[in-house]
Amino acid sequence: MKREVAEKLEGMSADERILLRPLVETSRGFYVMAGLLGAVTLWGLFAYYLQVRYGLGRTGLNRPEYWGIYIISFVFFIGISHAGTLISAILRVSNAEWRRSITRSAELITVLVIGFGAIQPIIDLGRPDRLFNVLFNAQLRSPLLWDVISIGLYFTASSIYLYVPLIPDLARIRDSGIKAPRLYKFLAAGYQDTPEQRARLHKVIGILSIAVIPIAISVHTVIGWIFAMTLRPMWHSTIFGPYFVIGAIHSGIAAILVAMVVLRRAYHLEDYFKPVHFDYLGRMLLVFSLLWFYFTFAEYLTVFYGAEPAEMRTFWAKVSGRYAVPFWTMVAGCFLIPFALMARRSTRSPPGVLVAGIAVMIGMWLERYNIVVPTSVNPIWEIESPGQYLPSWIELSIMAATFSGFILLYMVATKFVPIISIWEIEEGREESAEVAERVAGYLPEPYRKLLDFRAIGDE
Amino acid sequence: MTRWGMVIDLDRCTACGTCEVACKSENNIATVSPEQADMDRTMSWMKVEVEVEGEFPATTMRFYPRPCMQCDNPPCIRVCPVKATYINDEGIVGQIYARCIGCRYCANACPYTVKYFNWYGPEWPESERQHLNPDVSVRPRGVIEKCTFCHHRLQKAREDARAEGRDLREEDYQPACAETCPTGAIVFGDLDNPTHRVAELKEDPRAMRLLEDLGTEPKVYYLASRQ
Repeated sequence: MKREVAEKLEGMSADERILLRPLVETSRGFYVMAGLLGAVTLWGLFAYYLQVRYGLGRTGLNRPEYWGIYIISFVFFIGISHAGTLISAILRVSNAEWRRSITRSAELITVLVIGFGAIQPIIDLGRPDRLFNVLFNAQLRSPLLWDVISIGLYFTASSIYLYVPLIPDLARIRDSGIKAPRLYKFLAAGYQDTPEQRARLHKVIGILSIAVIPIAISVHTVIGWIFAMTLRPMWHSTIFGPYFVIGAIHSGIAAILVAMVVLRRAYHLEDYFKPVHFDYLGRMLLVFSLLWFYFTFAEYLTVFYGAEPAEMRTFWAKVSGRYAVPFWTMVAGCFLIPFALMARRSTRSPPGVLVAGIAVMIGMWLERYNIVVPTSVNPIWEIESPGQYLPSWIELSIMAATFSGFILLYMVATKFVPIISIWEIEEGREESAEVAERVAGYLPEPYRKLLDFRAIGDE
Repeated sequence: MTRWGMVIDLDRCTACGTCEVACKSENNIATVSPEQADMDRTMSWMKVEVEVEGEFPATTMRFYPRPCMQCDNPPCIRVCPVKATYINDEGIVGQIYARCIGCRYCANACPYTVKYFNWYGPEWPESERQHLNPDVSVRPRGVIEKCTFCHHRLQKAREDARAEGRDLREEDYQPACAETCPTGAIVFGDLDNPTHRVAELKEDPRAMRLLEDLGTEPKVYYLASRQ
């Protein structure tokens, strides 16, 4: 760190000192990690080059296993992207004050991961060179096209939703002059934090946080419908839309929690990510692990009870057959582990949520595996023999590169924007008296009098 | 209204595989290597599926030659994002190879798994290259292909009939599988034309269609075996 930058940082408020430090100071560990992730990403790019050069034959896909790792990753990453926008929007709309230090890191996950999710079906195309046929020859009856529309809309909306609450912080960096003055001058878009601008900012954030909720829900609903609209056993299910939304939010909360634990440690944010945040988000994870179990149970019981032969072949393949290991690992990851850990206050701590978060992410990846593969390899017509699927190293490399590429981009982003919204933290402090009053307003009158009395006493 | 369809008599099928071979050579279907075949990437627009019943030695085998069912209500065409698969006026479900983006959604939507994907570019042994069919376009790598009821034969038969100033006769248009079947198990024609054999055969009490309850309305009928 340069001396003048260090001096500037010293002259700032405590919030700014801590939250802007990652922008100007980079540890050696960061470079090592970035180098490793970069290498994995480049390896994946090389694998994709081979796939484009020689064809999708380089994957392990076949007939009838037409979809594999890429589609699983697609559903998984788009699911993770529900982390940010949806959760931060819900917390903003419901005026949850504890949201202030977590919205930014969550929204950033959304915007960065959605791109990595959206490229998966393109990687999966036999003819990526004809991608734009989707626009030129669009057939609106196809659920795949509904997806193109809703993901496009979601990406646009969540990018704006990330950017708008960033503006006051960008203006602050511009004014402090600690980093790339021209870049931040451009990004801050002339924001001067006048009362008028501040009021407009709040209004826009208010509108956006309502608008993104239906868009976010539509995205994963439509992804569920891609499967549900076909006649395949255990895909053709009416609950797939909401089931996918629940699963997406489940993995999204897990992703936020893991990111928070890592950020807290890497950037010493213990004062911002407090036990209360892990406690509350842990409770949300608990609720969603129960919801996930409820949906899964409802789905499997319905299939089992109806006992149609074609459905049962897929059912048994999952529950006790060839896919029993991924199936029961999924149940452990999505439900048993997070439930056991998040049901207890003492394990709703950073180590506890880290374990639960990783378990849920593995479980949710496996959930998509258990949806895509067992149905694909079991054709409806019972005379046809079941298929097989073993992903090739090309598919696994591209998947690894997707993970590493996302983490790398997220790391780099923390070097350009404060990962916790500085202005919202400050605003929260300023408004805490108003909040106390608001909370008191929920109660019957005598309590208000009590509050007034105390306020007089303070004077 | 013409509705091309097929009736396959399972009592007559001996599983000789002539229909598969005829289809492959008629439609320039690529030959995959043994390693690719082991990975379940064989392409066979017409394929004889085998059903084995009972325990050895008291086993019964049934054979189902399976082309595309040419559904009247095809699940594959609804899901295609680029209108690359369609049903024409005469009920034949086609694939536009030059437009297909290779997403394989149609292949997943098809309950009969009769849509085949070109995992690699097409290849043939040198000896076969000599007699590729000039009437059928070769499919590039990365697109879906499927049985077309030898649609190119219909076009040719129509032109011939027009040149000779007469109507199209039943025998003028026969797909390669029906033409070559040595036992006459595969009968082809216009399901809506009472003079064609298929129109009568499809009313046979033994007539059934695969996965009929899905409502896909296949135009390929099977005559169930009597035993």
